[in-house]
Amino acid sequence: MNDVNDESLEYECIVIGASAGGMNALSAILRALPDYFPLPLIIVQHRSRDYPDLLEKVLQHKSRLTVNQAEEKVKIEKGFVYIAPPDYHLMIERNRTFSLSMDEPVNYSRPSIDVLFESASEVYGKSLMGIILSGANRDGAAGMLTIHQNGGFTLAQDPKEAEYPYMPEASIQLGTVRHVMKLKEIENFLIKLS
Amino acid sequence: MNIDQREFAEFLQGIRFFYGYDFSDYSESSLKRRIAHYMNIRSIKSLPQLGRNLMKDEAFFEEFIQELSVTVTEMFRDPGFYKILRDKVMRRLSTYPFIKIWIAGCATGEEVYSIAILLSEENLLSRSVIYATDINQRSLITARDGIYSLDKMKSYTANYQKAGGKHSFSEYYKAKYGSVLFDKKLKQNIVFSPHNLAADTSFNEFQLIVCRNVLIYFNAMLQNRVINLFYESLCAFGFLGLGNKESLLFSDKIKFFKTIDRKEKIFIKNE
Repeated sequence: MNDVNDESLEYECIVIGASAGGMNALSAILRALPDYFPLPLIIVQHRSRDYPDLLEKVLQHKSRLTVNQAEEKVKIEKGFVYIAPPDYHLMIERNRTFSLSMDEPVNYSRPSIDVLFESASEVYGKSLMGIILSGANRDGAAGMLTIHQNGGFTLAQDPKEAEYPYMPEASIQLGTVRHVMKLKEIENFLIKLS
Repeated sequence: MNIDQREFAEFLQGIRFFYGYDFSDYSESSLKRRIAHYMNIRSIKSLPQLGRNLMKDEAFFEEFIQELSVTVTEMFRDPGFYKILRDKVMRRLSTYPFIKIWIAGCATGEEVYSIAILLSEENLLSRSVIYATDINQRSLITARDGIYSLDKMKSYTANYQKAGGKHSFSEYYKAKYGSVLFDKKLKQNIVFSPHNLAADTSFNEFQLIVCRNVLIYFNAMLQNRVINLFYESLCAFGFLGLGNKESLLFSDKIKFFKTIDRKEKIFIKNE
């Protein structure tokens, strides 16, 4: 990965998908990132709608970046971590703002990782980085495929290390993951982007 | 599936020219996703192909437009919203001899029956008229029928109770063969009617307008148009209820509204 620093110039945005067991992985990653991290991070973590803003509070506590729940029509900017709200799909418009939708759940999930990843890939193309973390369902695999097909960068947490390996495994089996890394390696990889 | 931007613009222009439906101020990402989904289930290979099929077959277009504009909702979704309606809005409505309510974008009617139940429990239903409108005529038929799936009732009952429901929820429907039929008394004062927020004008004056999770599908310009339409359609000190993640931020009428509940997005027109 000697080309990491060159790559950082090419990327505009990072999307992250996580489900069961994703909280610890997300916490570790956010804790590692400096406040000058140069790319916006947009996260779908499967969550219950009974806790409307708990996830944001918990993750803000770990991060030097500003953690916000993604709101419709808000401009996506570096220095921010955006989390998909419970019970809505999160999408990205061509003018780099957020959209929400209440369309049917995808992979039994709303927000769905596939919905975010596919819409982000359509907007950012090859300058998108997709990361898939621990989880117990297939959500995210189709989204990773789209990112890969559009020339974006794809990265999965090592299933051997993930609390729930099924989700990263589903992406890896589709042959769409460029790198498989342990959490510590993901942290170092991202830090080098900054 | 990626949709080419030029093809997309031509496609929207085509259906506007042929059929008068204008989707150009809808949020692109949702619209594209729905179109891609439709092409996928119908095995249509390209957007220009879909466009050509739609232009030559009006029945096919009708079917497409119903698929495209369908929205999903549930009864007493966001119970906190209904709790505020009950605690803060109903008492004010009760001071009017005759209450007019507009539920805009009512989809398949779940919110309409929720509000009818609320009015009934506050003894206001008999002197209320609810205008329930949607762009999607197939959804309106479902709404008018008032028949829903039995397996949803467990979560609706939980929502109803969290919303401060005063009775047993099952008093409001009869179950049969996996479906439930809502009490006809609830809909005696409901008028179901097609209305397109992107094109149609104001048709009455209301004390309460509820429009939830519709604006999220519109761009800022169309949101502003719709909020202006609501502003014109509200009486002085009329109430406006939006979805949890919606706001008046993109409207030039924001200064004419006061917030009743910030979290549940309930506002009052404040001349």
